[in-house]
Amino acid sequence: MTTVVPGLSQLDLLEAEGIHVMREVAAEFERPALLFSGGKDSIVMLHLALKAFWPMRIPFPLVHVDTGHNFDEVLAFRDRRVAELGARLVVASVQADIDTGRVREVPGGLRNPLQTTTLLRAIEEGRYDAVFGGARRDEEKARAKERFFSFRDAFGQWDPKNQRPELWNLYNGRHAPGEHIRVFPLSNWTELDVWRYIDRECIEVPSIYYAHERQVFERDEMLLGVTPHSQPRTGEAVTTRLVRYRTVGDASCTGAVASPARSPREVVEEVAVTRLTERGATRADDRASEAAMEDRKKEGYF
Amino acid sequence: MGDLLRFATAGSVDDGKSTLIGRLLYDSKSVFADQLASVERTSVDRGDDYTNLALLTDGLRAEREQGITIDVAYRYFSTPVRSFIVADTPGHVQYTRNMVTGASTADLALVLVDARKGVLEQTRRHAALSGLLRVPHVVLAVNKMDLVGFDEAVFDAIVKAFTDVADEIGLADVTAIPMAALSGDNVVHRSDRMDWYDGPALLEHLEQVSVERDHGEARPSRFPVQYVLRPMSIERPDYRGYAGTMASGTLRVGDDVVVLPSGRSTTIAGIDTADGELTHAVARQAVTVRLAAELDVSRGDAICAAGSPPQVLSSLEATVCWMADAPLEPGAQLLVKHTTRTVRAKVTALLDRLDVTTLEREPAEQLRLNDIGRITLRTASPLVVDAYADDRTTGAFLLIDATTGETRGAGMVMAGTLLP
Repeated sequence: MTTVVPGLSQLDLLEAEGIHVMREVAAEFERPALLFSGGKDSIVMLHLALKAFWPMRIPFPLVHVDTGHNFDEVLAFRDRRVAELGARLVVASVQADIDTGRVREVPGGLRNPLQTTTLLRAIEEGRYDAVFGGARRDEEKARAKERFFSFRDAFGQWDPKNQRPELWNLYNGRHAPGEHIRVFPLSNWTELDVWRYIDRECIEVPSIYYAHERQVFERDEMLLGVTPHSQPRTGEAVTTRLVRYRTVGDASCTGAVASPARSPREVVEEVAVTRLTERGATRADDRASEAAMEDRKKEGYF
Repeated sequence: MGDLLRFATAGSVDDGKSTLIGRLLYDSKSVFADQLASVERTSVDRGDDYTNLALLTDGLRAEREQGITIDVAYRYFSTPVRSFIVADTPGHVQYTRNMVTGASTADLALVLVDARKGVLEQTRRHAALSGLLRVPHVVLAVNKMDLVGFDEAVFDAIVKAFTDVADEIGLADVTAIPMAALSGDNVVHRSDRMDWYDGPALLEHLEQVSVERDHGEARPSRFPVQYVLRPMSIERPDYRGYAGTMASGTLRVGDDVVVLPSGRSTTIAGIDTADGELTHAVARQAVTVRLAAELDVSRGDAICAAGSPPQVLSSLEATVCWMADAPLEPGAQLLVKHTTRTVRAKVTALLDRLDVTTLEREPAEQLRLNDIGRITLRTASPLVVDAYADDRTTGAFLLIDATTGETRGAGMVMAGTLLP
């Protein structure tokens, strides 16, 4: 029952920092919510939330911004996990915003830019004043400048040139009604840390993160799976490859990587020697321009 | 699995800081092929003569357009021994607040000097800020040694000049390393062109420097209560735990403690985590504490070692770094956010302003953006504080504008001058 604490490892410290941030939010905000997509980062964030408030239930709902372009395995995982925890899940549907004409789908099928409208609608409808996101500073250079507590104005916008200084472990969450704070408890984690932690804590993630046989075709130097949302065009040959996903976003723009890694340990070994960032390898949405992420974030994206 | 070292760097492009960080990231294989390709592409587009590694950290559109670092950028790399978080901050005087931000969480400050130029104004400023923020370790990186013929005498003279500054400021632990970042001498690998130097390369030093005692495990225990856990569930109808992060010291089950500011005494009945009970918790751990007595304890209270409690003050002296465009003047009303407590406060006096270059204190009417000075504060309700010199957590606070919600300044409780 009783364990002795040896020196704190890097993962111990990252975990403690994330828990500290989540408790600050629960204590200082009226209506927090946690963005949960069923992706590995949001799964780790949920794991930290469970630890932060044990033996209580987590004191906020989960929100999924559903592009409608999901991997079946990820949706099934999401629903099972929510049921196990008895958590409250709010699904905000991009399809609903397309159907009501709030947003128009651009030809080519990328739904990631549309998520912003749906996310901001969900925040407004839920009257959330703090929204946890699983973004990490190592993912992308605009995110490298993010705060743990990131202030958003009444339009959900991020102003990167006018951010609050963040010192020590003191986080300033003051805001007016209608404004909100995005909170990133995993700011200081890297992809490798996430996988080491998944391995250490025996955290379950959707099966598509591990090597499996899949019918894929190549586009823009990425391997895209054949799904209802991503179909090969003329001239794009379909082959069966052993692949896994490093990120699980919108199925129409998220690529797989060739990989034999079948366990967290094997993924850790693979990530430790990889030569491409996870977004560079697998995300078409970040390829629009050098500052694609910054531009989307300013408008209110995750 | 290794531990973690956070370090802050300050400097401008021309002293080779970006090259040095780029070299650390690149040689530790932390720059990915697509990141490098993107930087190379942008360098060519901009007409730079060489691959501009500063573009790895300057991520914002405005920064890339203007070719300057505006904000603190965080970079991550790891070796088999240790993981590193680098707070890369702009070094010019108008970015003092960014340097202070980066230094606030740093275990180590990396101060860069161009071997041709020696100790400059900005070197003194970086050293002064490292001292002020109590960064436990400082590395003096004497860069561009190749441009002075790897001359030992040049290095010695710079070290001597810096040691004088360090003594004046009271920097605790300074290590000087001669290097040439562009060619990689003494960055990751030891140089064979400076056989007069027998110390470690920079990365070796970063891997070896001991940070265990810097976080105050040996200090008296301080546990600011963040959140009260009351599940009110069928399994645990009476559970009442106080969640928080250990600020300093070691808390053991059975320890006599005092809850401040109320001053009531009790003992630690248990220390819980989701993974099981602990016999003790050390600084920086996030845990949940149960007390033997049923006391009224809430967020903002602190559970502390009974034998050496902190001070409970409604009036105190502090060093402040002002971070807002509108100046700070005596009489200003602000919010003080200190550990888990936020209280209203009034600046009762402005004692002086510090010239961070000459280290002279001078009288001042106001503190402007990036100024550092000493003030006295009166708070609407008491704070449980230690001097910042003793405790970087219970001695630190933010000054927040109650109307706009903006963070206006950062404060450090002064040692030896605590008012009753």
